[in-house]
Parts: sequence; C-alpha cells; structure tokens
Amino acid sequence: MLIKAFVVGGLICVAGQLLIDLTKLTPARILVTFVVSGVVLSALGLWQPVVDFAGAGALVPIVGFGHTLAQGMERAIAKEGLTGIFSGGFTACAGGVGASLIFGFITSLLARPNSQS
Amino acid sequence: MKITRNEYSDMVKKASPNSPLAINCLWAFVVGGGICVLGELLYGFYRNMNFINSDARLMSSITLVGLSAFFTGLGWYGRLAKKAGAGTLVPITGFANAVVSPAMEFRSEGLITGVGAKMFIIAGPVIVYGVLASVVYGVVLYFILPNMR
Repeated sequence: MLIKAFVVGGLICVAGQLLIDLTKLTPARILVTFVVSGVVLSALGLWQPVVDFAGAGALVPIVGFGHTLAQGMERAIAKEGLTGIFSGGFTACAGGVGASLIFGFITSLLARPNSQS
Repeated sequence: MKITRNEYSDMVKKASPNSPLAINCLWAFVVGGGICVLGELLYGFYRNMNFINSDARLMSSITLVGLSAFFTGLGWYGRLAKKAGAGTLVPITGFANAVVSPAMEFRSEGLITGVGAKMFIIAGPVIVYGVLASVVYGVVLYFILPNMR
C-alpha cells in the first residue's frame, strides 16, 4: 500500500508540475483546478476506485480534498435533504480547513516572517 | 539600442536559469509521493490507535497540516518547495502552507487586517470553488437525479 501511495501520489504531483512548467498557471489556479477536478471525478464515481487502490496516494493530493467535498455532499443530502446542499461542502472540509486556520494562526503568532526566505 | 520583441524573449530565455522539465517532474514525483507515504503511515498509526477508518484519515490530514505549519514556520517548507514545485504544492501540506505563509507574512499588518484578512488569500479560492463545485453536485443529486428515475 505504501508503494501504491507513493506512485499514485507522485504521479498526481507530476501532473501538477507539468501544469506549472508548460502552462504558466499560477499555483492558486492549479489548486483550484485540482480541487474542482476532484469533485467532478468523485461525483462521476471515478475517484473512489483510486482511493481504494492507493489510499493516501489519492487522498493527500488536493484532488482528494475535492473527493472529500463530494462525499460530504452525498452524506449531507442523504441525511438532511435540502439543507444538506448548503451545509454538506463546508461540513466535509471543516477538519482540514479548521486545522489550517488553527495552526496558521498559532504559527503567525510564534514564527518570525523573515525566517521564511 | 533597439530590440524587437522576439529578440527580447530570446534574451530572457538565455538569462533565465533553465529549469529542465524532467528534473522538475522527478522532484515533484519523489517529494509528492513521499508526502503521500507519510500520510499512509500516519493513517496506519491512527488505525492502530483504534480510530475508525474515516477518523483515521481525518487525523492523518490534520497531522500533515500541523507538520506543514510547523515547517513553514521554520522556513523549511518554502525551501523544499523551491526544489519540489508541485510536489509540495499539490498535497494537503501545500494547502496548509498556502494558509500559513500569508498569515505569517502579513502578521506585521496586524491581527485583523493582516493575519485575519490575508490568511485565506490563496487558499480562499480553493475553498470557494471546491464548495461551489460540491453544491452543483448537491443540486444534481437532490433536484435532477431523483426526477430522472
């Protein structure tokens, strides 16, 4: 499973690198493209098989974030119906975004910005 | 000295450091794949601690985000990113880096208009369009698919 995760995750990153080098897309646009692709692939039922095959190799790349969003939407609609359309996406991404917000805030208080360079 | 646009772009090409595509892709593959292996190892660790499947995935994501914030704070993640390119951008750690970096950088502009306002300056669009895409999927699931059966 570790080897599968390495190869699949690595290949997804190579796809991102090709976008950077060949299209001059900015990193923000690449991240947006990958997340939206993840939602679409997951909605079409194409991403879960990749997750079953490669585990973290399919979930750690930001495409997996889109997959999590789509799955969260499915779950929210099954559970709540109409209101799930409004809550599903944010509920699904709350853990990752919340962690980024919390650790980002703490780091901004503790770290010196000039150590960034 | 007059130069045409073509001559100028040739000069730019000569002056820029060449970034061979194959080497960039190799870096992205090894580092990106490595971060995914770390995610899988963390998942195994949390499964051993008796987290259920989905919670173990969430905990490993949160741990990766925390590690990314820590190494971004030290300035190590940015240094690795210069070599690894998409290998550090595409994994969830790159998303965390995109949140932590501006939060640190704009700390000098204050907690509200600096950290608070700028924290999601890069990651914000990812959340906006990711959630919107999932809403489109939700509309299809709720309104369209049931009426097609």
